[in-house]
Amino acid sequence: MQKYSVFSLIKNAFSNHEKWDLAWKDPSPKKEYDVVIIGGGGHGLATAYYLAKEHQITNVAVIEKGWIGGGNIGRNTTIIRSNFMYDDNARFNEFGMNLWRNMSQELNFNVMFSPRGIINLAHSDAQMNAYARRGNSMRLNGIDAVLLNREEIKKIIPMADFSDDVRYPIFGGLAQPSAGTARHDAVAWGYARQADSMGVDIIQNCEVTGFDIEAGKITGLRTSRGDIKSKKIGLCVAGSTNVLAEKLNMTLPIETHLLQACVSEPVKPVLDGVVTFGAGHFYISQSDKGEMVMGGDLDGYNSYAQKGNLPTIQHVLTGGVALFPFLSRLKMLRTWGGIMDMSMDGSPIIDKTHIDGLYLNCGWCYGGFKSVPSSGWTFAHTIAQDRVHELNEGFSLNRFSKGYLLDEKGLGTKTWIS
Amino acid sequence: MLNIKCPYCGDRSQKEFAYGGDGTITRPKLNQEISDEEWDNFVYLRKSPRGKHIELWHHIAGCRQWFKVERDTTTHEIFRTFKPEE
Repeated sequence: MQKYSVFSLIKNAFSNHEKWDLAWKDPSPKKEYDVVIIGGGGHGLATAYYLAKEHQITNVAVIEKGWIGGGNIGRNTTIIRSNFMYDDNARFNEFGMNLWRNMSQELNFNVMFSPRGIINLAHSDAQMNAYARRGNSMRLNGIDAVLLNREEIKKIIPMADFSDDVRYPIFGGLAQPSAGTARHDAVAWGYARQADSMGVDIIQNCEVTGFDIEAGKITGLRTSRGDIKSKKIGLCVAGSTNVLAEKLNMTLPIETHLLQACVSEPVKPVLDGVVTFGAGHFYISQSDKGEMVMGGDLDGYNSYAQKGNLPTIQHVLTGGVALFPFLSRLKMLRTWGGIMDMSMDGSPIIDKTHIDGLYLNCGWCYGGFKSVPSSGWTFAHTIAQDRVHELNEGFSLNRFSKGYLLDEKGLGTKTWIS
Repeated sequence: MLNIKCPYCGDRSQKEFAYGGDGTITRPKLNQEISDEEWDNFVYLRKSPRGKHIELWHHIAGCRQWFKVERDTTTHEIFRTFKPEE
């Protein structure tokens, strides 16, 4: 594989940048693999990469129905954080933060990880107390958490509405200074390129149509590009999890819902970190190009549409304008949507299944992007060793029937309501 | 935006309604022994199909009645709306 560096950039400038190697090959599927990963998004590609790098399993295929980077890895708002209260979520995502910090060097691909910090705003005394509790839990797990009062917040985001007559005055907030953003496409491309260089086949435009199961063991899968044999298959298909589960005669604690995001026209630097509104569901950051990147509520009903409806955008931006009045004068550049695998407690599932050799990675709700490296790392371990790692043992499939929920937000089973 | 025909009020904008989830789930009968599996099915497990989906909606800013909708989860086409007992 060609190494990306300033020297290779200069060298290729002499040939008008026409002689760069392809970042990954475009192979046809082989008849058999040691491991097949279904879903060529961030989680699937990271899993393939860590299977090859950490477990030396390189006879691996990543099967993707569309194209690399076309799903939720290219549709999110790129927020990376580990500000969780429960131990399982906190440890898992803090492990991921360390992988994020070295990702550009490790993948030899600039993922533009930018630890610009996140602030969750509080708008009542009760919310401040809840954030103090969450911050303390985070610090017990070694995660940086800082409780900020109104004056401290005002220094960081002076353009927020601090007037006296607002409906939801800012009382303070909880910050995680080490949180940040990254360039989401580069994450997919970086993992794909490195996985490919170690021998992983990345097969695009290949839809899974069925599975072969013999005596409770998975033996292979049928695709639009032919049958593939494999004794180990991992599912990383986010919003399409229920579609594949139906082919496996499984019913999962997952519903598929649509989440929209939008960006404004680019403006001069105004916001250096990520800010979330505590009195509604709205989050915002500013991209390096100057666009305000915003998101909020799900559309609120089961959907596979990958595009949303205007009432939700209007609702989300109403919250946005309440927090940052200047947004009302910005034009929206784009809106888009992705389909989310909403689990019944808001936390993910990375586990084995009742079918031998079939592994499940789903339930990321609307927070899958930050977990790409930690999910790939632990899922690769789960597949390679045929047992869960201690980092993902809390994300079990049977926690629902057993009553060990990871209900971080206390929303109950209707996680799509918020 | 969806236009939903409330069986009690007629065609109204989506903004008047709240979603209530999968309409095919039935609560296990009261005063009977319920296995963990039945309870798990009722509380957590959802088919969430791609295609036709029968779901509950609540005309919360209207007549406040609950009713059922058969809708395509990919195209959002609404095939029919009906009272829960139908």
